[in-house]
This record gives sequence, C-alpha cells and structure tokens, in this order.
Amino acid sequence: MSGSDFLRFQGTPGYITSGPLVDAVNCAIALERPLLIKGEPGTGKTLLAGHVAQGLGLPMESWHVKSTSKAADGLYVYDTVQRLNDARFGDGDVSDIRRYIRLGPLGRVFSAENRHVLLIDEIDKADLEFPNDLLLELDEMRFAVLETGDEIRAKERPVVIITSNNEKELPDAFLRRCVFHFIEFPDRELMKRIVAVHHPNLESNLLDQVLIKFYWLREQSELRKKPSTSELVDWIAALLRAGISPDQLEAHIPFVGALLKTEQDHDALGTYRQRGGKLPKSWSDLGPRYNQ
Amino acid sequence: MFLDLFYGLREARVPVGIQEWQALMTALEKGLHGSSLDRFYHVARACLVKSEAFYDAFDMVFARVFHGVEGSLDVQQELLEWLRDPKNFRELTPEQREALERLSRDELMRRFLETLAKQTERHDGGGRWIGTGGHSPFGHGGEHPTGIRVGGPGHNRTAMKVWDERRFRDYRTDATLDLRQWKVALRKLRRLTRDGQETELDLDETIDETCRNAGEIELVFRAPRRNNVRLLLLMDVGGTMDPYFEPMSRLLTALHEEHGLRELRAYYFHNCVYDRVYKTGLLERRESLATGELFRQLDPRWKVMIVGDAAMHPAELLEAYGSIDPRNEVPTPGIRWLERILDFFERVVWLNPDRPASWDSTQTTKLLRRMFPMFHLSVDGLSEAVAALIGARKAA
Repeated sequence: MSGSDFLRFQGTPGYITSGPLVDAVNCAIALERPLLIKGEPGTGKTLLAGHVAQGLGLPMESWHVKSTSKAADGLYVYDTVQRLNDARFGDGDVSDIRRYIRLGPLGRVFSAENRHVLLIDEIDKADLEFPNDLLLELDEMRFAVLETGDEIRAKERPVVIITSNNEKELPDAFLRRCVFHFIEFPDRELMKRIVAVHHPNLESNLLDQVLIKFYWLREQSELRKKPSTSELVDWIAALLRAGISPDQLEAHIPFVGALLKTEQDHDALGTYRQRGGKLPKSWSDLGPRYNQ
Repeated sequence: MFLDLFYGLREARVPVGIQEWQALMTALEKGLHGSSLDRFYHVARACLVKSEAFYDAFDMVFARVFHGVEGSLDVQQELLEWLRDPKNFRELTPEQREALERLSRDELMRRFLETLAKQTERHDGGGRWIGTGGHSPFGHGGEHPTGIRVGGPGHNRTAMKVWDERRFRDYRTDATLDLRQWKVALRKLRRLTRDGQETELDLDETIDETCRNAGEIELVFRAPRRNNVRLLLLMDVGGTMDPYFEPMSRLLTALHEEHGLRELRAYYFHNCVYDRVYKTGLLERRESLATGELFRQLDPRWKVMIVGDAAMHPAELLEAYGSIDPRNEVPTPGIRWLERILDFFERVVWLNPDRPASWDSTQTTKLLRRMFPMFHLSVDGLSEAVAALIGARKAA
C-alpha cells in the first residue's frame, strides 16, 4: 500500500531536529495519534509544536496545563456567573445557553473548519487523573456539551503534541494511545550548532572551554538541578559581555549563578573547591563519553 | 522476524501490547519507514516504547533481532540489579566482609570491574556491590558517621557505605517506575476538612440565600476543602537499609510529590531512634532535632510513619548507651524512645522493607512488630499502613 497522502514534517530552519524526532512526528501525523514528547527541561519540547505547525503550514492552538487544570476546562466552560449577571441587569439573551458556553483549547480545535496543531503543554503538571479524563476525547476527537446537548466533533483530526517533564507518571491507558519520543540532551556537536544559532561569533577555543565546564557540571550527580541549554546560552551571553578569555575560564567558573540556580548546588560546588577539587581543562578530563 | 521483535520485547519486560503493535503495522503500511533500517528503528521505537526507561531494553532486543548481534549487558545495569537484591548482602562470609572493609573504595571499584570482566558466573567476591557507577569526584567518603564504626562489634551485616549521601537526591529523579501506584496508595491519606480563607463560592448556599433575599443576589463563600493530615516520617538510613534504597526512594518521591498533605516532616535515624532525630540522611548533629522537641512541636494527631528494617543488635534497642554511633552517648535505651513516640502520637505505623516472612527471625524485629503495627514496604503494604493511619481505630 502506498498511502503517502498524509502531511509530512521535514523540520524548519529555526529548529534543529534529529532524524528520530522527525520520524516520530510523522508517525503521529500518519497514525492520527497524539505525540507524547518527554525530555529534560530546555531541550525544546514546547518549541517543537510551533515549528511543526510552521512546517506543515497549519494554525496552532496551545493549552498550557497548570496544577489546577481540569480536563473539562480544555473542552468548554459554562459561564454561569456571566449568565446570572446578564439575567440580573437584563443584558443580552439569557435564554440562549450557547452564548455562555466558552470553548476551551480542545473545543476550539475540534470545532475549527481546518486542521490545527494542538499543543498540550506539561500535561504532568495537572492532577494524576487528568490524562485519563481526556482519553475518550482524544481518541474520538469529539465531545458533547451537556448543557445544550450539542456534539462538537473534529472535522479534521488535529495534530496533537503533548509534552511532559516526567513530574508524574502517566497512566498506561493514556500511554497506549500515544506515539512517544524522548528528546535526548544534545551532545557536544549538536550543542555547538545550537550555540551557533544564538552566538554566531563565538571563538572556537572559548566555546570549547565553555562546553567542557558545562558538560562537567552536568555530570556532577550532587547537583539538584542540572544546567540546561537555555542556561548555557545565558551564561555565554554573560561571559561575552564581561569579555572573559579562554585562559580565565580554565581555572574558574565565572558567573556560576547563571548556571546553578539553587543554594545547595552553590554550596556543593563550593565544598568541592574547598577540598581542593579541580575543574576540568580539556575534554580528556571528562569521561570517555566525550572522547570518542 | 517482526514477531521476534514483538515477543523479544515482551520477554525483556517492555510493556508492549496489541494496540502498540497495530500502530506499528499501520505505520509500516503507510510507508513511514521509507526503505532504511534506521528509519524503521525510529518508527518502531516511537510506536512501541512509551518511556525512555525502556529505550535501552528496546535497543538490545532490536539489535539482537535485526543484526543477529547479542545485546551485551551494560555494566551499570548489572550493578544496579545487584544492589537492588538484598540477599546479595547477606551471603558474604566474615572473611570477605573483613577484606572488603579494609579496601579503599577506588580499589574496590577497580576490582569490581576486573571481576566483572573475568567472571561469567554471578556469585563471586563481594567486591561487585561496592563500586557504584556514580563514583563522584565530589567524594565525601569519610564524612558519614557509619565510616567510624567500620569493623565494630555486634553487626549482623556489613556496614560499609555504598551510596554515600548521594542517595536521597537521586531518589527523587530516578525512581519513576511504579511511582503512580505508590501515589495512588498514598491518596487515601486524606482527611478533608474546611478551614482557612473563604474563597470558594458555595452554590447551594448562594441560591438559598438569594431566594431568601427575594432575588437579590447574595453570594456565599466557604473555605475550600483540604486535606488535614499531617505526617511525620522517620526513616532509618545506612547499614542494613542500603539495599532498600529503591523502595525507600519511591516512598519519598511519592510523598514529596503528594502535595495533598497539610504538612510533612521527615527525619532520619540510624537503626533506632534515640534522643535526636536528624534532618538529613547524613545524620549530622548540627542538622538535628531533639526527639523530645518533636513532642513539643507536634500534636498527637500527627500521623507517624516509621520506615526501617527494625533489625539491629538487641543491645542497640534494649540497653542503656546502646547507640551504635560512638558520638551518641544516651543513657535511655532505644526502646524507651520508641515507646514514648507510640504513647504520644495517636497513630503510628512501621513500614519494614524486609520480607514479612523473615520478620520473626530477627529478635528485634519480632519485638518491635508486637509494639507497632508493622507493614511491608510495598504498594500493598503501604495501602494497609495508610488504612491503619486513617481508618477506624481497632479496639485496643
């Protein structure tokens, strides 16, 4: 069977993707299943949806999940208070309940005329049962508005991209319905390309020193929060502004506050230095993973 | 060949079902894999594997099925399995134990790798379990108090530190498998009450009041329902508890993420509670609290969960100055402190990571189990323990 009649995502110039990620995205599009993206913070999970939308030429709708989010909020909200208020002051037609049904992100995407990309961001922030409550809606891409009896059904099945930070374990029934991809933390070469997007004029020996320190810090299991890509980019900006040379970087980590964000992590590094611990100067000071 | 992949994955304990398999078949029908094995690999992984925890297992099965290459066992992986299995710690002979205690950690690490390279059978020279993969350049080796008592008398099992103070940080990030089940068990740890700020609209009351008010809207607010359970967690660390870092970590992570609790306090102790409890697993005196202070600061309605294997030398529990920590000179025997906790708090449970079948074979466990309602540190045991903390009180 041929069946190449589905949209294909090829990546966009502003977003550096890997082969497996592109294949996973296309898999989700073709199977019409939600794509679940996991990975460390700062690996571009959320950005992906925007670039998929851009790459496919589809409009996008985002739903940023919070700890207080309920599954029903994504479908619709019945604004009773507004209706009560209108009834009191005689504004508008109170008898038409439809006027007080406010569609949520899922509802808007389902009722839209054309195909959308729907981002459900950080689904693990919400309650444990949240993903289970969305099973049927995501499976069949339809739901009923109880107050009016209307059924909202997607004309074109949206491309659903869901991100998770691994804060909570997702239920099995939910996982079974998803296509899954884990974004690995960028390796040295990929990281150089990513940094080049933000700081195109960085000297290469400075960049090396920066990355040695960065990956070394990430290797330290004592740290509670490993520095991520976005912190690296900020740190480089600070170094450039202060005019730090590669030599100065060899024995110190200036502006370490840009990389380590908790007091415990600062203490851990301080203790290490007090004990006479050394900072790495070259890639060979790091483990074998970095020297292949 | 494709079915080999499917059953291979199931054998490797990767949860793959018919639904995932059908998804992959559909994807192949649509030609998503192109014609390269690489892309087939990507597509198969995206469809079949639902957690990065299984990526490694998937890779090994895939390599075996599609290249005829035997997936080689990861050193780290075998080590972790080894550590997870508590029985490996008991089978050391006294000679081995003594030899181990004399070795430095670096030496052990080197020996471990050597042994692993040479040996094919699993059971040899206890050096394996010492060389943790996370051998850290931060190295706090000598700081842990148990370092002092290496070679001391009266231990059933070896006391050498395996994970150093790293262990509790790692707990929170790594242990996600089955975490959901633990949380579901903890869910029941709830007593909902209404108090605090009145921020929630009480719809029924509002309608009622509005009607009384002849249609003028009268909004009635009430305090939202919230959990009123306060939990005190006392955890045994070090020594015989080391093999149990995984279930302990799950409990900690689950409790940590269970934001429903009104208040959670966690303290550590080693083997038995004496005059002080410690705020961190390092058991440092400056980070500690007098046990008596617990009775002053907390009220009897706090639920208490003690986690420990209850296995110690009888003297540690029953005799004056029984503490194994030489810095800790306490005239009151451990059992008196435990009795005080039991008397003061209304509900106390004990979670024991050892297998229930072995409880009666250790003298102190047998004794403590008569004092405390004791449950196994597992999902089921936790459910029962929570029921004992929350449910109807049994007649004394």
